[in-house]
Amino acid sequence: MNTRPYALARRTVAPLEKLIEVNWGLVLLITIIACAGFAMLYSDANGHLWPWAGPQIVRFAAGLLILVACALVDVRLWMRVAYPAYAISLLLLVVVKVAGHKGLGAERWIALGPVEIQPSELMKIALILALARYLHGLSVEDVSKPRHLAILLAMIGLPVLLVAIQPNLGTTLILVMDGASILFLAGLSWWWITPVLAGVAVAIPTAWRFVLHDYQKQRVMTFLNPESDALGAGWNITQAKIAIGSGGLTGKGFLAGTQSRLSFLPEKQTDFIWTSFCEEFGFVGAIALLILFAVVIGYGVQVAVSSRSQFARLTAMGITLNFFFYIMINAAMVMGLIPVVGIPMPLVSYGGTAMLTVMFGFGLLMSCYVHRQVEIPRHNPGII
Amino acid sequence: MPLFDRKDKSRYTTFSRRALMMSGGMTAVFAVLGGRLYQLQIEDGDQYKLQAEANRVSLHLVPPARGRIIDRFGTELASNRRNYRVMLIAEQASDGVDAALDRIGRIIEIPDRQRQKVLRDIAQNKKFLPVPVAENLSWEEFARINLHLPYLAGVQPDVGETRSYPYGAGLSHVLGYVAAVSPDDKKDEDDPLLDLPGFRIGKRGIEKAYEGALRGEAGASRQEVNAYGRIIRELSHQPGVPGKDVWLTIDQQLQQFVDQRLGNESCACVVMDVQTGDVLALSSTPGFDPNLFNVGVSNAEWKTLTTDDHKPLIDKALSGVYPPGSTFKAAMAVAAANAGLDKNFSVNCSGALRFGNHVFHCWKKHGHGHVDLHRGIQVSCDVFFYETARRLGIDAIEDTAHKLGLGHQTGIEIPGERAGVIPGRAWKLKTYGAKWLDGETLNTGIGQGYVLVTPLQLCTLAARIASGKAILPRVVRVVGNAAQPRPIPDPLPFSQDVLDVVRSGMDAVTNVPGGTAYAWRIPDPGFEMAGKTGTAQVRVISEAEHLAGVKKNETLPWKMRDHALFIGFAPSSAPRYALSIIMEHGGIAAHPHVQMARDILLFAQKRDPLKLPTDYPLNAASAAQASRA
Repeated sequence: MNTRPYALARRTVAPLEKLIEVNWGLVLLITIIACAGFAMLYSDANGHLWPWAGPQIVRFAAGLLILVACALVDVRLWMRVAYPAYAISLLLLVVVKVAGHKGLGAERWIALGPVEIQPSELMKIALILALARYLHGLSVEDVSKPRHLAILLAMIGLPVLLVAIQPNLGTTLILVMDGASILFLAGLSWWWITPVLAGVAVAIPTAWRFVLHDYQKQRVMTFLNPESDALGAGWNITQAKIAIGSGGLTGKGFLAGTQSRLSFLPEKQTDFIWTSFCEEFGFVGAIALLILFAVVIGYGVQVAVSSRSQFARLTAMGITLNFFFYIMINAAMVMGLIPVVGIPMPLVSYGGTAMLTVMFGFGLLMSCYVHRQVEIPRHNPGII
Repeated sequence: MPLFDRKDKSRYTTFSRRALMMSGGMTAVFAVLGGRLYQLQIEDGDQYKLQAEANRVSLHLVPPARGRIIDRFGTELASNRRNYRVMLIAEQASDGVDAALDRIGRIIEIPDRQRQKVLRDIAQNKKFLPVPVAENLSWEEFARINLHLPYLAGVQPDVGETRSYPYGAGLSHVLGYVAAVSPDDKKDEDDPLLDLPGFRIGKRGIEKAYEGALRGEAGASRQEVNAYGRIIRELSHQPGVPGKDVWLTIDQQLQQFVDQRLGNESCACVVMDVQTGDVLALSSTPGFDPNLFNVGVSNAEWKTLTTDDHKPLIDKALSGVYPPGSTFKAAMAVAAANAGLDKNFSVNCSGALRFGNHVFHCWKKHGHGHVDLHRGIQVSCDVFFYETARRLGIDAIEDTAHKLGLGHQTGIEIPGERAGVIPGRAWKLKTYGAKWLDGETLNTGIGQGYVLVTPLQLCTLAARIASGKAILPRVVRVVGNAAQPRPIPDPLPFSQDVLDVVRSGMDAVTNVPGGTAYAWRIPDPGFEMAGKTGTAQVRVISEAEHLAGVKKNETLPWKMRDHALFIGFAPSSAPRYALSIIMEHGGIAAHPHVQMARDILLFAQKRDPLKLPTDYPLNAASAAQASRA
């Protein structure tokens, strides 16, 4: 990483050279993970491409194009579009809230011509870009100054609020974690971090006692002991654990998972796809997939650390962490470690917007990699 | 130009340090996820495998075909027929159960009551379980449903088996019926079949007594089901063991003749083989349609059955107990002859006998004059039997009656048989805590007072006198292909002479002018019947009425009339068929019950089922045993 390729030392590089610079090993890794997803979607449809695997493959192919296209875009251009993208995403979140009431259907979706998009998915990327953009101009000391911190918290708080009232607990959680992580990476003082963590530790028992409704407590209790309500709310998680556990060491074999094939698993093609994978490929397969994820994440961290601009560092790390939070929450949820929140397994779960968002994120990461040697001054970035 | 100013440098080191911390955190999370996978898949894997299998496989019982009940010549008396049903799966009825029922209702009729029942069943059961909407459809109705099936979401036509009694009310008391399992039935048994929806078990008669043999053993079908309980495919199938057929001694044709001859009168009639006790016909009228109980009796039908004063639900032949009246004199005659009161013993009947300070009346107001045993039977002289009873004493009467099959259960295979009463000193002490009175002996002598018998016992009495053997009535001959064990009947402990005297007296009842049933004799030579008439009062006749003349039964309301009884056997010279009949409140001068007995015994002899080859499916061992018997 320390040797600077000649081509990239220049301020502008020919697209073809960039194409060679793209880390095709990572693209291969991502493709392998996605193929695991195709296999599971094929299996969950009882050995049919329709209705899930086929469309998913098409979307992944489109995602690959987006990835490469994004990788070729100069990281300074991304920096330039960071605020507009954030503003547009915020606007779309407001529109979807208002338009939802006008009867457009589910509040999370918005129709843009023939394409339906989820503004909350766009916001995940836009928030990372905008925070990285803002933090790019701040020194470590600046981050902890109340003036800047207030602006940063507002940047995180606004979309969090809009997503929370949709309501969409999963995305809210991800946005909060993304935002907090980026502030942490930018060097937020421990003098801020410690009291907040302490406050949260106090707030949880207080909320349990005074704020939460009975049905919400019931939901938490069901999570803590799903078997107590095995046919009701605990059904999903109980069945998911049975699916994973019954896979054993080597799994039941491809196309031979009974739990998913016989519809015991809820949402088997989206949020719970991890369970059918564990059922059919067992401990060996699941660990292998986790290792692939870990390698991708490790790669992301390396890209971040080796980037020369604060914007690229924060963006690359933000994208990587966002990817990691998806995996963590989804896997922990279906394995019964945390309550059920609607978060898909990235690259594997069925879903168009999620797939494209993840690929777009990897495109940004790749752009950071391709342009890792590009230096951007803290002030007056001189955006191309 | 420096690439990093100092502040940039510090940003970079801070970022790298914190990125490293986060990487450590992420590694820890991956470790936790891997550990959780290890816990679920390796440590608890076996347990979850079991749970997944339990999820996947549902074990269904396959009800066995119920054994048939068949008469001696192979006629099916109870069998299984196809039951065309329409089931509804609530979960699949896309626009609601009501709409689905409306659509079915346009194709086949669904009464309101049935509709309520369906809605109740659906509310109580899981939504994916099929609930029967209509059963026992005709083929045309069933075909119509199948034709419209594409437009009937959630509707499932289904062919099951149901019990069928082709002869309806005839034999209803012998066969009994099957009906749905009640909670009480489950107390004594834990056969999983009892929990099967729609399963039927025997509730009465042979259906109940031979439930074990008829039911068979359940088969099992392991089915793969999905989370909604829908069956995906059958994994394995283990056929059950069909129930065994039960072969009766009944001759359906004779039975049918008896049922028709009794008509709608409140009657009971038993016909049996005098040599073996094989029951050829066993009728209690009016009967009930056992098919009704199988499909479920409506309130109105139940009300009709229970409020009918002819009591169709009571098996009068086995569980009806009646004072035998003068038919008891046949037993008295055996006791008298056995005690030597036949020759050189006569009584002068003046129409009444004073005993102590009580007057015992003869049915004939002005008396029979000199009466010996033979004539006593023929004209049924009460005074003769008062005097005979007085001389014999209650102990001898009790003993003889028991030897002739009265006063205890005969042990027939049909449940619900009653023992009746043959009174005695010990019995009275036990029942009433009082000493036996001599006057009661006299009443016992004419079959009144405490004496109570069932029509089945009366037929046994007639058969024993006719054959001289202590036969016991039996109605089941073969179960499966095994002949039912039956002991060779012992000879009665009475000499041939004793029995001859009684038979000759009974012959005179019907075949000698002056006999109480001479008017209703069988005139065909070789087919003559012997018998004994009887009347059982159901009301107390006061002394004043005796003086004024006992009221004629025809002038009384039906309920107050005497019960009319008759026992007999034929042919008189070499008896083979014994019969008993009772007609409740049938004591009128025309003796309709004796006319019935005459017709039945004549039909029985002309058809002569005992001479016809039976159709029992005996294996070699059983056949050998049967021929020995």
